[in-house]
Amino acid sequence: MDFLIFKAPMLMVQASLDGILLGILFALIAYGMALQWGVMNIINIAQGDLVILGGYIAYTMYLAGIHPAWGVIVSPIIMYFVGWALYKLVINKVVDRDLFISILATFGIAIVFQQLMNFIFGADVVVAQSEYGTTMLFDNSVTLPNSKIFSAFISVLYAIGLVIYMKKSRLGRAIRATAQNARAAKILGVDTEKVYAATFGINAALCGIAGALISITLTLHPYVGLPYTVRSFMIVIVAGLGNLPAVAVSGMGLGLFEEFADYILGTEFRIGAVFMLLVFILVYRRFKLSKKREYLK
Amino acid sequence: MNKVKQKDLILYSGLIILGLAAPYLFSAFKVQLTYLCVLIVLAMTWNLQGGEMGYNTFGNILFYGLGMYLTASVQVGMFFPLAEWTESGGEKTFVHTTAQYFQGIGVGLLVSAIVPAIVAGAIGYAILGLRGHYFAICTLGLGIAAGEIAGGIEIIGAGQGFTTPPFPAEIVDTEARGKFFYFLSFALLIGTFVFVKYIYGSRFRLILNAIRDNEDKAEAMGIQTMKYKIVGWMCSAFFCGLAGGIMGGLIGYIDSTDVAFDGREMGVFMVLMAILGGKGTLWGPVIGATLFHFFKEGLWTLILGWQYVALGVLIVVIVVYFPEGLMGWLREKYPERFGEVIDDKDRKAQVELK
Repeated sequence: MDFLIFKAPMLMVQASLDGILLGILFALIAYGMALQWGVMNIINIAQGDLVILGGYIAYTMYLAGIHPAWGVIVSPIIMYFVGWALYKLVINKVVDRDLFISILATFGIAIVFQQLMNFIFGADVVVAQSEYGTTMLFDNSVTLPNSKIFSAFISVLYAIGLVIYMKKSRLGRAIRATAQNARAAKILGVDTEKVYAATFGINAALCGIAGALISITLTLHPYVGLPYTVRSFMIVIVAGLGNLPAVAVSGMGLGLFEEFADYILGTEFRIGAVFMLLVFILVYRRFKLSKKREYLK
Repeated sequence: MNKVKQKDLILYSGLIILGLAAPYLFSAFKVQLTYLCVLIVLAMTWNLQGGEMGYNTFGNILFYGLGMYLTASVQVGMFFPLAEWTESGGEKTFVHTTAQYFQGIGVGLLVSAIVPAIVAGAIGYAILGLRGHYFAICTLGLGIAAGEIAGGIEIIGAGQGFTTPPFPAEIVDTEARGKFFYFLSFALLIGTFVFVKYIYGSRFRLILNAIRDNEDKAEAMGIQTMKYKIVGWMCSAFFCGLAGGIMGGLIGYIDSTDVAFDGREMGVFMVLMAILGGKGTLWGPVIGATLFHFFKEGLWTLILGWQYVALGVLIVVIVVYFPEGLMGWLREKYPERFGEVIDDKDRKAQVELK
């Protein structure tokens, strides 16, 4: 335990800014999770591993000499097809089933992904250098890597684009119709199978963008996918399905929590704190609902 | 009725004799056999939650890891300062005498059974109020959080791990260690099996099944579901803790995320084994664990490096195509063997409905 952060206001500004910028990135992943959860009613444990895979795509570009920031365009395109293939191979068989089956099946997918990434990219912690430099604020007492600002900016851009796409386009309307009532949508001529495949593809593409941004702002490692899954799950259960402003706010909240936990508890407990927060949020919701004799559904 | 009992008696005595003779028959595979016993225990106790109660938990690994750390800590802490032991790789400076070793592991196992059960009881009220996938994810988080937190605590070795006391060197018989752990785990297996079988014949199981099938209705019928859920979880925690304690002694080295709170291996294995065998049956987890262990040991070495890929694919295939498991499949095929009487008219009516 270290409460130094509360005595140094600059440290707090630093942690807050870091947290908010990071939170926007988490919100992007969470939005993908909310999308597939709302539309297909599956919980994808492999979400975080899709993110990491997207990151490795950008990292591969970086190794090939292309600036990794282009990953935010290339990675979602590749990841869309990865998601689409994943849907056709496995996910379409678990859509209408019990949620636990989707959890376990995607857990299996997550293990496969982790291991394949371990084979292909190695078990080292890697980072793609964007060489964007840093911004100094408040007499150089707060340092802000420009790559983080860039990543938050791109996340917001893509999120806005996606919202407009969901509102205006034909596919977006079909997705929203399927989310409301799959059967009715089917009767009215929506090819729900296609919609599901597209939804999962879009989710994977969002993961790809987030991954590419993570590759330049944070670090990549084949086995760090699960924390991203848990973060996005947490954001979704706090914010609800399909409520983008709430997703953004709770994403930033989570980012803040993590940065402060990092300072107060120490870096070694950071991931542990994230998972404990998940438990606390769920238990809190459970007690709140049980007063009304209800439970989380 | 009497005939069936006699058949059972032959089956059980046969299995016990086989179990007792196994370390002498397959002398080279004692460690594997110990693993098998522990895996069966884990699968059977998972089945109490996932199969009988309908609460698919990933969190039983929490009790397993807790039991592992507790046994080792008690075993060391009873005689030597724990902090110094973990700091210096204590097995070199401190040596347990034979009596100390066995006293330590005895008390350690006792603690590792009771404390996880108490922990399960303490967190049960909060956690078991969650249902379905929320419960699954919450327990998943709990298991991983435990691993991450244990990896940051200095006194139990933090990230560098915890070496459990080595088997006393005064015992010259080189086979003794393997036999000791095998018989310990075999005793645990028998204890667990007897206990679970007792539960299967009791009202308790019917209540658990009622909770699985419809918790609201069960509550409306006047069953205090929360009480039974907690008791059920405590029973699982008790045996999981013991299993963890034995495994810690057998492996000889405890790492926070790779051995103790090993959600990626053990935590998934126990779910997979129970589903493979067929959840909600007495023999399903036993058969599932045995099959899985044979598959794992047989194939792991052949596909070295690719084992986790194979494991992931196996999970997907079993879960997607085989969710009822072996026993469920047999039950569908030979319902008469399971004591289900199916009226021919009923069957025809079912066909017509389709």
